[in-house]
Amino acid sequence: MTALTDLTVTALRDGVAQGEFTATEVATAFNAAVAEAQGALNAFIVTTPEKALDAAARVDADRAAGKPLGKLAGVPIGMKDLFATQGTQTTAASHILEGFVPQYESTVSQKLWDAGAGMLGKLNLDQFAMGSSNETSAFGNVISPWRRPDGQGGLDTAALAPGGSSGGSSAAVAARIVPAATGTDTGGSIRQPAAFTGISGIKPTYGRCSRWGIVAFASSLDQAGPMARDVADCALLLETMAGFDPKDSTSLNLPVPDWSAALSADLRGKKVGIPREYRIEGLNADVAKSWDDGIAWLKDAGAEVVDVSLPHTKYALPTYYIIAPAEASSNLARYDGVRYGLRDLPDHAGLQDMYAATRAAGFGAEVKRRILIGTYVLSAGFYDAYYTQAQKVRTLIARDFTEAFAQCDVILTPTAPSSAFALGEKSADPLEMYLNDVFSVPASLAGLPAMSVPAGLDSTGLPLGLHLIGKPFDEQGVLNAGLALEQRAAFTARPKKWW
Amino acid sequence: MSSYRIHGATGEWEVVIGLEVHAQITTQAKLFSGSATAFGAEPNTQVSLVDAAMPGMLPVLNGECIRQAVRTGIAINAQINAWSRFDRKNYFYADLPQGYQISQLYHPLVGEGYLDIEADEKAGIPVAKRIGVERIHVEQDAGKLMHDQHPTMSYVDLNRSGVALMEIVSRPDMTSPAEAGAYLSKLRTILRYVGSCDGNMDQGSMRADVNVSVRRPGEPLGTRTETKNVNSVRFVMAAIEHEANRQVDVLEAGGKIVQETRLFDPDTGTTRSMRSKEDAHDYRYFPDPDLLPLVLEAAFIEECRQSLPELPDAKRARYEQALGLSAYNAAVLTADVETARWFERLVALTASKQGKAEADVAKQAANWLTSELFGALNKLGKGLLDSPIGPEAAAELLALVGNATISGSIAKQVLEKMLETGDGAGEIVEREGLKQTTDTGAIEAAADAVLAANADKVEQYKGGKEALFGFFVGQTMKALQGKGNPQLVNQVLKAKLG
Repeated sequence: MTALTDLTVTALRDGVAQGEFTATEVATAFNAAVAEAQGALNAFIVTTPEKALDAAARVDADRAAGKPLGKLAGVPIGMKDLFATQGTQTTAASHILEGFVPQYESTVSQKLWDAGAGMLGKLNLDQFAMGSSNETSAFGNVISPWRRPDGQGGLDTAALAPGGSSGGSSAAVAARIVPAATGTDTGGSIRQPAAFTGISGIKPTYGRCSRWGIVAFASSLDQAGPMARDVADCALLLETMAGFDPKDSTSLNLPVPDWSAALSADLRGKKVGIPREYRIEGLNADVAKSWDDGIAWLKDAGAEVVDVSLPHTKYALPTYYIIAPAEASSNLARYDGVRYGLRDLPDHAGLQDMYAATRAAGFGAEVKRRILIGTYVLSAGFYDAYYTQAQKVRTLIARDFTEAFAQCDVILTPTAPSSAFALGEKSADPLEMYLNDVFSVPASLAGLPAMSVPAGLDSTGLPLGLHLIGKPFDEQGVLNAGLALEQRAAFTARPKKWW
Repeated sequence: MSSYRIHGATGEWEVVIGLEVHAQITTQAKLFSGSATAFGAEPNTQVSLVDAAMPGMLPVLNGECIRQAVRTGIAINAQINAWSRFDRKNYFYADLPQGYQISQLYHPLVGEGYLDIEADEKAGIPVAKRIGVERIHVEQDAGKLMHDQHPTMSYVDLNRSGVALMEIVSRPDMTSPAEAGAYLSKLRTILRYVGSCDGNMDQGSMRADVNVSVRRPGEPLGTRTETKNVNSVRFVMAAIEHEANRQVDVLEAGGKIVQETRLFDPDTGTTRSMRSKEDAHDYRYFPDPDLLPLVLEAAFIEECRQSLPELPDAKRARYEQALGLSAYNAAVLTADVETARWFERLVALTASKQGKAEADVAKQAANWLTSELFGALNKLGKGLLDSPIGPEAAAELLALVGNATISGSIAKQVLEKMLETGDGAGEIVEREGLKQTTDTGAIEAAADAVLAANADKVEQYKGGKEALFGFFVGQTMKALQGKGNPQLVNQVLKAKLG
């Protein structure tokens, strides 16, 4: 029999509902897997086995009593530590929030618990979701469960990045220590780590998921989404997480479609756009090949492939790295040592000294860098040259997509410019690190739904992802194309267990 | 044009004044959270997760605040911007939990408008004047620091944090402390009529930042200073007076005015420097990405317009034209919405009690209110709102005068007794036997006695000294203990002296 921890969310939910196994058995199995891997992968900041068991016990009791079960009943999941969880420490992987225990539950996590899911723990991430490798966490970096084959049937010993910022989520799903996890995506933080670890992840249309209770990085870009083993699980989780929330003014007041029920890999009559500007100079040959594979698979699924142009693509990264830090510099001002979290109060310190000491001690280097960039671009005399200009370009980038979507239904690109890199390989050069987001950032700036699905392994034996970008509100189109890729890629590779 | 000038050692200086008034919007809940807004609550008892800026908390706009600001804008004849937006004003301070104030810099809710101040020769305003209002925007208030709770630490009370304010920015159209005072009073009157702000300056629900500069007549504007958070009309006038004179002194001594923020000290009536432009904040304003632009539908704006009560200028004109009140009475009775409400109730009750039209009793009611009642209350150290008698009791008293049950002078005594005992006018008149005498016999007897006792004066009167008639009336009334019907007394005396 298959191990419980190898089952998908859908299989776990159905198995519990049909009495093949109990929710408590599921939670126990995943708790054990988490405990076993924690020392090696560092995927969690805190584990909450008792929460997973409590939720499971409720589901088992409900089932025994013949009560109706929720959409995710009996499924334990990992929660990115950017979501506020009532009674459980919430840190955003920053020292400045170490020990902070919210009195409230984020809307998205509450919806998951209401659907019968349980919490295995709070997943590690790049500090305040700023990073692409998990190296900026104040709680040590997450180690990817993947390692390069050493060519002799064994594994290389170099630790690889799980991607970021949702690196704890990606590592945990890939390692089969959680069946699914929540992520958040500001410029690619769900999609790039999903690609690096051979799993699926979707960022919905901006506004689909409430941001209430999620520690803010860049408000106009932040979106929650699921990360899971396959497309169907992503659909199931996303329809649980999404929905209008009057507590978030940017929340979309639209009904949430039943994406799971409408999943279809039949793409006949659909057009897939291939943006020529994404064929960047020096594109990695493995990535280029994987992209070509993806094009062939979507054709095979019945889609027509068309060339599209997104002419402002080259400005997307600079635009993103103005807007996101600008918003972050303001969003992170509340971490000042006055009301909660870290307070560093040197002897005889005044208010300004307390701010300086607290923020110097509390924030990591990458967070400080982005606060400085953001403060700079909003400063008098620079505002128009940077922020105003970036907003104009953002509008142009969004218009590129509108025009492209006049010719196609969904856009296919690679998710990231390479497979996973080794820890330390790029952390010395922030610009090179930022380039990891080159394919994911434009969709974020335009607020479009986008997902990464595993496409295969590259020549070094590591996963590559394919990236689908959809029209506003058309998560269904993205999920359907994702399913078509998934069926044809037949990606079954998984990290060899070394922990 | 105001003729107000500072007479410096080297000549005359003009003063240019603009006011930024912060008015707390009267609502149950804060601008972006559901917390209550009552004044004087225990510290930190009216604070939501949003107000305390907990991680992941988001603002949600309170529509009632917008409604009140739009109504206010319409009341000052201003442009209402159907599209506006909230910006973040970033700075660090312990009373500002988010590290930014949500305000409106680039696209305010309300644009250009104005209000008119009346001529008031005595106050130093020779002619009426229109004062421009540049804009009204809506923003969050900050919390409050308490420095007296602990020997080395300051405490923070976040009850005010997030409370909705309107910032009402005038044009630099005022040229004397009196004009600034009149503008502020008029603005306060309008806000209280509209009901968008209670105008309680002593509770901080309304306060002014005062921008002052001086210049030689005819020259371009000088460098201005901004005196923050002045919280009464009197203090605003004092701050301007002091600041303008200080600036003239600096300039005449060859110095330069530094653009700076200053504080007013009500104890000394002076201003002092708080921070100069060099260490002014760079607020890094940018659109708040947590909030969508605010789009108002035409129907909403129209609903706001319809919901406005009769405003002070219109009311005042109506009191003069339709009710026949003197300009003075009309001004006094419309200066405060509660006074006007009291007066209108009094007029309605008086008219119905006496079966007359309102226009026929309004003047009597206005005169009685502004001279008799205000005077009596003044002696008691009370205002109209905490008056022991209401319009119903007052109307009863006026009706007794109107139907000649008592005379005007007896009415004064009755009023005093009403204020003292709280009893009704009719009851007091009955109990004290104050009813007017219409018994011609008694009046004739009294008149005869007076004329007999003053035969010499009767001679003089008959000899042409007609002014003595008042003397005979007074004496006769006195003999009747004031209860004689004045008309009858007149008639009787005329007949006897005729």
